[in-house]
Amino acid sequence: MIHSLFLINHTGDIFLEKHWKSVIGRSVCDYFFEAREKAVEPENVPPVLQTPHHYLISIYRGKLFFLSVIQTEVPPLFVIEFLHRVADTIQDYFGECSEGVIKDNVVTVYELLEEMLDNGFPLATESNVLKEMIRPPTILRSVVNTLTGASNVGDTLPTGQLSNVPWRRVGVKYTNNEAYFDVIEEIDAILDKSGTTVFAEIQGVIEACVRLTGMPDLTLSFMNPRLLDDVSFHPCVRFKRWESERVLSFIPPDGNFTLMNYHVSSQNLVAIPVYVKQSISFFETGPCGRLDITIGPKQTMGKTVEGLMVTIHMPKAVLSANLTATQGTYTYDLATKVLVWDIGKLNPQKLPNLKGSLTTQAGTPKPEDNPSLNIDLKIQQLAISGLKVSRLDMYGEKYKPFKGVKYLTKAGKFQVRT
Amino acid sequence: MCDFPFFSLVCTGEIFELKAELNSDKKEKKKEAVKKVIASMTVGKDVSALFPDVVNCMQTDNLELKKLVYLYLMNYAKSQPDMAIMAVNTFVKDCEDPNPLIRALAVRTMGCIRVDKITEYLCEPLRKCLKDEDPYVRKTAAVCVAKLHDINAQLVEDQGFLDTLKDLISDSNPMVVANAVAALSEIAESHPNSNLLDLNPQTINKLLTALNECTEWGQIFILDCLANYTPRDDRESQSICERVTPRLSHANSAVVLSAVKVLMKFMEMLPKDLDYYGTLLKKLAPPLVTLLSAEPELQYVALRNINLIVQRRPEILKHEMKVFFVKYNDPIYVKLEKLDIMIRLASQANIAQVLAELKEYATEVDVDFVRKAVRAIGRCAIKVEQSAERCVSTLLDLIQTKVNYVVQEAIVVIKDIFRKYPNKYESVIATLCENLDSLDEPEARAAMIWIVGEYAERIDNADELLESFLEGFHDESTQVQLQLLTAIVKLFLKKPTETQELVQQVLSLATQDSDNPDLRDRGYIYWRLLSTDPVAAKEVVLAEKPLISEETDLIEPTLLEELICHIGTLASVYHKPPSAFVEGSRGVQHKRLPGSAGSGESADSPDTGSAAGVSEAPPAVIPSQGDLLGDLLNLDLTPPTTSGPPPAPSSGMQMGAMDLLGGGLDSLVGLLHAAMGAGFGAPPTAMPASFPPPVSGGLDDLFDLGGSVGMPMGAYSPPKSIWLPAMKAKGLEISGTFARRAGVIQMEMTLTNKAMSIMTDFAIQFNRNSFGLAPAGPLQVLTPVGPNQSIEVALPLSTVGPVMKMEPLTNLQVAVKNNIDVFYFSSQYPISMLFVEDGKMERQVFLATWKDIPNDNEAQFQIKDCHLNSDAASSKLQGSNVFTIAKRTVEGQDMLYQSMKLTNGIWVLAELRVQAGNPNYTVMSRLVFVLTCSGANHKDYKTESREV
Repeated sequence: MIHSLFLINHTGDIFLEKHWKSVIGRSVCDYFFEAREKAVEPENVPPVLQTPHHYLISIYRGKLFFLSVIQTEVPPLFVIEFLHRVADTIQDYFGECSEGVIKDNVVTVYELLEEMLDNGFPLATESNVLKEMIRPPTILRSVVNTLTGASNVGDTLPTGQLSNVPWRRVGVKYTNNEAYFDVIEEIDAILDKSGTTVFAEIQGVIEACVRLTGMPDLTLSFMNPRLLDDVSFHPCVRFKRWESERVLSFIPPDGNFTLMNYHVSSQNLVAIPVYVKQSISFFETGPCGRLDITIGPKQTMGKTVEGLMVTIHMPKAVLSANLTATQGTYTYDLATKVLVWDIGKLNPQKLPNLKGSLTTQAGTPKPEDNPSLNIDLKIQQLAISGLKVSRLDMYGEKYKPFKGVKYLTKAGKFQVRT
Repeated sequence: MCDFPFFSLVCTGEIFELKAELNSDKKEKKKEAVKKVIASMTVGKDVSALFPDVVNCMQTDNLELKKLVYLYLMNYAKSQPDMAIMAVNTFVKDCEDPNPLIRALAVRTMGCIRVDKITEYLCEPLRKCLKDEDPYVRKTAAVCVAKLHDINAQLVEDQGFLDTLKDLISDSNPMVVANAVAALSEIAESHPNSNLLDLNPQTINKLLTALNECTEWGQIFILDCLANYTPRDDRESQSICERVTPRLSHANSAVVLSAVKVLMKFMEMLPKDLDYYGTLLKKLAPPLVTLLSAEPELQYVALRNINLIVQRRPEILKHEMKVFFVKYNDPIYVKLEKLDIMIRLASQANIAQVLAELKEYATEVDVDFVRKAVRAIGRCAIKVEQSAERCVSTLLDLIQTKVNYVVQEAIVVIKDIFRKYPNKYESVIATLCENLDSLDEPEARAAMIWIVGEYAERIDNADELLESFLEGFHDESTQVQLQLLTAIVKLFLKKPTETQELVQQVLSLATQDSDNPDLRDRGYIYWRLLSTDPVAAKEVVLAEKPLISEETDLIEPTLLEELICHIGTLASVYHKPPSAFVEGSRGVQHKRLPGSAGSGESADSPDTGSAAGVSEAPPAVIPSQGDLLGDLLNLDLTPPTTSGPPPAPSSGMQMGAMDLLGGGLDSLVGLLHAAMGAGFGAPPTAMPASFPPPVSGGLDDLFDLGGSVGMPMGAYSPPKSIWLPAMKAKGLEISGTFARRAGVIQMEMTLTNKAMSIMTDFAIQFNRNSFGLAPAGPLQVLTPVGPNQSIEVALPLSTVGPVMKMEPLTNLQVAVKNNIDVFYFSSQYPISMLFVEDGKMERQVFLATWKDIPNDNEAQFQIKDCHLNSDAASSKLQGSNVFTIAKRTVEGQDMLYQSMKLTNGIWVLAELRVQAGNPNYTVMSRLVFVLTCSGANHKDYKTESREV
C-alpha cells in the first residue's frame, strides 16, 4: 500500500512529507530528481519509477509533484487516482492547490492526509465526509474558534461514513432548494493541413450543484440517451436503472460533484465548429517566412463562437513575428517560441485574419518541423454532441426545488496541423 | 485561527520556547504549540526533543489536540520507545471510550506506533475492537491487524487474529468486508503459501455482494482478490463476469482496470461460441477508450496495460485505432506508448490511416519521438505485407527531407525491410547511397554497410563505397567494424577479381591492428575460410538468411499469460513477471490464466463411446473428466453404434491414436518425460490437470548419453537390459534395447544361450501395442547358437502394425520362438525413438498452435542437475529429433521452444527453460500435445507445469 508521500515544488524542494508506515528517508527522492532532470519538461517525467528498494509513483498538478513511495505490489492506478484525489481535496478545501496554500495550511493538510489514508489504505476520501471531520477554514470560523476555543475538528462520527449512501450526510437543510446541472463538452480533434478531420471525439461531463434538503432521490432523463454508449458514473448513480431505462437515478451528494463523464467517439456525431485556413511557410533563401491564418465558422448550430484563441508553437529558429491581425491581439514570446493570437468573438460577417512575416535566425537552415496550431474556443448554450436533458424529477421529499440545466461547449485538445 | 505562517519559525532557541508553551496552563496556547511542533515535523525538522512535553498533552478531552498529539507520537515513537510506553495507558483507556470515533482513533494510532513493547499491550484492545458493535471501529481494527502483522507477524498468528480477520469477510457491513480483504491480501503477500484468502463459492458470493456497496477503494481490493479465484466451470465464470461488468462504468479508473483484469481472466473459461462471450468483448472496448481521456499519468498506466490486452485479444480494440493517435501536447511517455499500440493494431484495413499519421509524426519536434515514428513505419512494413511498398515510398519521402536523424533512422529500418522482403525493393538503394555522407550514427552506418555488402553485385561502385568507410576503420565503433568486415568479404566473394586488395586490407586491419577479440576472431575465421576453401566460404558467408518477422517484438506467450493475470499492477507497467522485480514478494506465486472449458463439444461427449473404444484394452481406462481428449477422439472416430466390437487391428493408426489417448494423458506425459529421461515414467495415475512434477530423471541422462564422449549426435538409446532371464526361458537369455538409427527404429538384442544344447529356428512376434510397432522383417539369426555363445541381432521395426492401448503406454509384449519353446516377455521402449525426423514445425505454425492450445492440455516437469547450457541441450536434443524452433532469453533465463512429432502423427510442443546462475542448472519444461489424427480430427492437448 501507499507508504509515504512527498510534495515537491517546481524547483525541486520537498516541502511536505507524510509517512503512513515507517519513515522513509528523503534520499529516496533523488531517483526522482534524476528522472526530473532527464525529462527537461516537468510534464514529461515518467509517472512510475523503479528504484532498488521502492517504487515512486508521481503526478504533476498545479506545478507541484505529488510523489508517493510504495514498497510492495500495489495497483499503480490506485495510487495515481489517490494522488489526484489528494490534490482535488486540497483544491476543494483551500480554493487552489499550490505550494503557498499548502504551506499556509500545513497542519490542516497534514490532518487531512492522516484521515485519507490509514496504513496506506484509503480511509475517507469523499469530500463530504472529510469536511465533517475536518472543517475547511473560513475567516468567520477562525474568529469564532479563537473566541470560544472550539476546534475545527469534528468530534462525532461522520454520518455518511457507514451508511449505504456514504457520499451524503444526513440532516441537510436549505432554505432555497436548488439543483443545477452543467453539461460541458470538450472537443478533442486533430485536423490535417487541408482541414479534413483526422480524429475527433467529445469528452462530456455533467457537473452538478445540488443543494437540497433531506434525502432527495433524483431522476435525470435525456431526450437522446442513445448518444451515450461510453459512460462512467459517480458512485451514487444506480447502474441497473441506467442499463434498463437509460435514466440517471441517484441520491445526490450535497454540494458540487461530477455526476457523470461520457465519451462520444463516433466521428459523424462530432461537429467541428470552426474551420482554419492557414499557410505558414519558410523560404529556402533568406531568413524569413510568411504566415497567413483565417478562421471561419463551420458547424456552430446557429450559436456564437466566443473566446477564440490560437496558440502556435513556432520552430526554434523563429526570432520574431511581424504580423497584423484584423481582429484581436497577438503576442510572440521569444523565450518559449509561442505565438498567441487572442481573437475573442467570431464574427461570421468579417472573418478574423492574421497575416505577416516571420524572421528566422540568419544562417540556420529552413526549420524542419511544422508548427501546429492549437485552437481554444467556447460556445455557450450548446452541447455539440446534441445531448439534451429532458427532465429532472425528485422523489422522497415534499418541497419543490429550483432546477436548471446549462450547456457549454469548449475546445479540448483541438489541434490543426500545418 | 489555525493557519499561521508556521514557516517563519527559526530553529535556534525555538525548541526552548515551544517547551514553555507546551507546558502552559492555557489550553489554547498548548494547542497552538503542538501545531507549531507538527508544522516543524512535516517539513522535516527534528523536534523529537519535545517528546515528553507533547505526550503530556495527550490526556485531554479536546479531540483536535488529541489527534495532533497522536500525529506526533506516530512519527517519533520509534526513536523514543521508552517514552512511548507512557502513552499506552491513555490508548487502552481510549479504546473503551463510548465515542466510536475515539475508540477507532485509538486502535488506529496504536497500530501505527511501531514499537515492539507497545504491541503487547495492543492485543487486548484490538481483540475487543475487532468485535466492536460499531462497524467503523471494526473496519479500522481490520487494518490494524495488517499493521501489527508488519511489525510482529508471529504475535498476530499466535493471538489468532488471522482467523478473526477471515471471519470479518462475512461481516454484514461491506466496508468492513473490503478492509478485511485488503488486510488479508497484504498479509498474504508476505506469506505466499499461507492460503489466507481461501476462496470458495460462498466467500466469492459474499465478496460480490459487498462489491456493489463498498467504496471505490474497497472495490479495487475486492476485484483484485476476485482475480485470484479460479471458477469451477464456465457457468460460474460467466455469472461472476456478469456481476463484475457494471464496474466498468465506474469513475475511478483503478476500479475499471481491476474489473478488466477479472474479466480478461475469467473470459478464458468461457466457450468462444457463447453469445455472452461476444457481448463481453464488446463491453470491454469503451471503458478502455475512456481511460485514455483521463490525466496523462493514468493514461500511461492504461496504455501499458492496453498493450498487453491488445496482444492477447486484438479483437477488442481493433476498431479503435483513432483513439491512439498522438496529440501534440501529450507528454512524451504517452506518445511513445501510443505509437507502440498503433503498430500492434495496424492491419491491412487501417494501414493507410496509420501511415499517414506516422508520416505526420516524423515531422514533429521531439527527436526521440520522431525516431520512433520512423521505426514504426518500418515495423508496419514488416507486419502488414500489403503495405510494404507504401511504407518504403513513405520512408523514401522522409529521406528526401534530408533531416539528419530521420534519414539515419529510415536507413536502419529499410535494412530490416530488405531482410523481410529480399530482392524486392533494391531500386531504392541508389537513393540510400546518396545519403552515405550524412550518416554519423553507428547503427545507421552499420545498416548502410550491410545493405551495400548484401547487394554488392547490383551496386556498381560498391567497392568505392566500402573503401571510403575503410579509411577511418579504427575510429568506427565495433558494430560498424564488424559489419564492414563482413560486407567486404561478401563483396569479395561476389566480385573476386577487382576487390582482392580491399579484402586483404580489411583482413589485416581486423586481425593485426585491432585489439577487439570479436573482430579479430571474425577476421581470422574469414581469412582461413577464404584461403582454404573459397567455395565453402561462399556457402557460409552468402548463405540464405532467415527472414525476420514481426513477432520479434511480441511478448513471449507464457509471460503474456502471466501478465494478463497481473493487469493493473506494477508488473503490467514494467511488462515483467512480478517475481522478477517486486521486492518483498518472497516467492510470488505464478498466476495463470484458467484453461478453456473446451471448445464446445467436449463437455457432453458420451462416455459410452470411449468405453467401447478401449473395451479391449487390458485395464479398461474410462477417461476421467479432465481427460477430454479421449472423449473427443472417440466421439469423432468411433461409429455411434459401437456396442462393443473391439477395434479391428486393421483400423491401424486412427484407432491407435484414439486408444492411446483414451488411456489418458498421464501416461503420455509420463512417456515424454521418460523419453527425455531414462525410462522414468510419471506416475500413471496422475491427472492431466494436476501433474505432480516427477521426482527425478530427466534430460540429463539424454544429454550425457547423447554426446558425452564426443561421438556424433545420435538418438538416445538406453543401455541394454535383460528382458528375458535364462531361468525363465529354458536357458535363453535375451537382453536388449531400442534405438533409432538413420530414421529406422531398431530393436537390438543379444541372445545368449545358457543352455547345454544348440538353439536354432528363432522367430519373433509382437503383441498389438500402443504405437503399432511390428517387426519389419523376420528375425535374422542365421547360425545356430551354441551353448554359452552370444549373438547380436538388430531387428528393424515398422510402425504400421496393429494398435492397441497398452498400460503403460510403451509396453511391448514380445513372443520369441526357438527350437525349444515359445517364450514371452515384455519390455518398454523409450518414446524418444518414436520421434520422427520431420518433427520440425514451421515457426509461424508453432506460434499459432501454441497459442491455440487450451491450458489444461499442459503438463510440466523438472529436470534436475543438468549441467548443460541451453545451446548444448538444444543440439543434444536435436540428435533425438527434438527440434528447437526458437530461442528467447528473458531475465537470464533461456527459453527453448521445441517441437517433436511421433510416428503416428502426434505433435508435441515443448518449452524448455534453462536458468543459469545456479551451479546446479535446472531445466524446466512445459509440454504441449497437439494431435493430428488422420488429418481430419484435430484436437489439442496441452499439459503444463511450472517451475517449483
